[in-house]
Amino acid sequence: MKKNNSIIDWQADRSKYPELDSNGKPIVDLTSQKYVKLWQGPNHPGVTGNMSLELTLSGDEIVDAKTHVGYLHRGFEKLIERRIYFKGLATCIRMCVPEADSNEYVYSSCVEDLAGIEVPEMALWLRTLALEMARLQVLLRTVPGQASTLSLGLGGQWGMYLRDLILDRFEELTGGRVYHMYIVPGGVRGLLPEGFKKRMEENLKKIDEFVVKIEDLIFTNTIFNKRTKGVGIIDPDWVSQYGIVGPNARAAGFKRDVRKDYPYGKYAELDFDVATSTDSDIYARSQIRKQDLITTVDLIRQILAKMPEKGEIRAKTPNVLHWEIEKGETYQRSESSRGEFGMYMVSDGSKYPRRINLRGPSYTHGVSLLEKMLLNANISDVHSIMVSLQTCPPEIER
Amino acid sequence: MNIIIDDIKTRFEISDVVKQSDNFSFLTCKKEQTISLVTHLKNIENFSHLVLLSAVDWIEDGKFQLTYILNNPNKKIDIAVRTFLDRETATMDSAHHLWKHAATYQRELKEMYGIDFPESPGVNDSFILEGWDDIPPYRRDFDTMKYAEETFFPREGRTTNDPTEYMKKKLYPDEEK
Repeated sequence: MKKNNSIIDWQADRSKYPELDSNGKPIVDLTSQKYVKLWQGPNHPGVTGNMSLELTLSGDEIVDAKTHVGYLHRGFEKLIERRIYFKGLATCIRMCVPEADSNEYVYSSCVEDLAGIEVPEMALWLRTLALEMARLQVLLRTVPGQASTLSLGLGGQWGMYLRDLILDRFEELTGGRVYHMYIVPGGVRGLLPEGFKKRMEENLKKIDEFVVKIEDLIFTNTIFNKRTKGVGIIDPDWVSQYGIVGPNARAAGFKRDVRKDYPYGKYAELDFDVATSTDSDIYARSQIRKQDLITTVDLIRQILAKMPEKGEIRAKTPNVLHWEIEKGETYQRSESSRGEFGMYMVSDGSKYPRRINLRGPSYTHGVSLLEKMLLNANISDVHSIMVSLQTCPPEIER
Repeated sequence: MNIIIDDIKTRFEISDVVKQSDNFSFLTCKKEQTISLVTHLKNIENFSHLVLLSAVDWIEDGKFQLTYILNNPNKKIDIAVRTFLDRETATMDSAHHLWKHAATYQRELKEMYGIDFPESPGVNDSFILEGWDDIPPYRRDFDTMKYAEETFFPREGRTTNDPTEYMKKKLYPDEEK
């Protein structure tokens, strides 16, 4: 297939591909020996997490792709319907494993909105800090992780070391490394420990050096450039058709970020810009995420400089064991490292939520969009394309 | 937002408008008019982003609630359109012609609630569950506890605290029993 940098000029060459039926599905006759059916995943280093791809190949090019999830279904949304509001928090944070704090935030925010609770100023600062720390530890893994898909593993190892330092800061702030349960309905669980700011600054300085190093190690690397430029293009028209959000939409030229468009926490008081690009390929999405990493480091510095030393961290809530929330429904959103991350919650006036539904970016990116993008792709690019969408299967099947 | 809602009230049968915030409103529409309404909101009012399509089981009323959350990225406003379906014959027109990812939501709703969306691509393909022969598991009358007890064996020797009793002791030690 001819690769081209221009989205407008790009046309799929389907001359040697199967005919399409009236529903647009390829008619594949496996007995013709022209095609091969290949399963990538669920246990495969080339997929992100627990899902699999059913690929139909013509030579080494993909003519049909189907995604399969269901390897990680835990029924969290159903289980939370049987838990009191406060206990639901411990279950909901596990819906998206790598960035648990976004789960905490949207869940707590839904409960607060339905119950009419106002979160204290100090807690808003600490929440914003926790959310940016979560974004930072994800991006430290994701930005160099894109190069790891092309066997450039060194940056990924550096990133994991730095991520571990941020998890150390999480541990001293919250007591947990991956799941924190720090953001709770009404506020947060604690103030900054003594010396936290100094230790965080030491970590951030190392990350500043890392950003310079990965520019040389990854973004100017010939292999990385050849394998990511003009590959895995998202047509801007697909953004609304497929519900694309976050860095994937921003790389296609859409300046959308929940932190800017619907400010929550203390984002309205912070000075930052969101990066965009128009190339919309894997390279552009990697660049956007690298810019996000730089922005996040800056935001953490701003938060630590601007936040007060002390203050109320938790609004008074009713006895959480008998907390009945008035009938109503709400949708609350935040910007995770992957894009808009929201929760729809319905209360029926009892102690238990009637319904909660998570809206994770991977639900659209990892199913309908991925199936579309893999058409005409080369088998060797599948992993790069999947990672460039930052697909997180746990939030698809919850 | 008010202008848009006033306008669509003149075109569709709208009820129960709840203003969640300055830029977010919930409203209810008749089942027969819902796809026309979301098409109008998408094409005329530029609510181009389908944020979420979700269902709620109101078993006591014999109804399913479908909620389409739509976002206008330019004006930065959201409208959530609710519609109610009869629980026994839960069928709804598909929205996959408006948004490609609507087909994924509809496929999941068919599997988890048994709500049918005829003509939605792949709606009958299993999404998360494989070989499921019980009632759709997100319905309120599906008993997760009973299912777990019948399906899985108990793990001997495991000791635990009752979470409610433990929280009561830690959080409210003075509360009377």
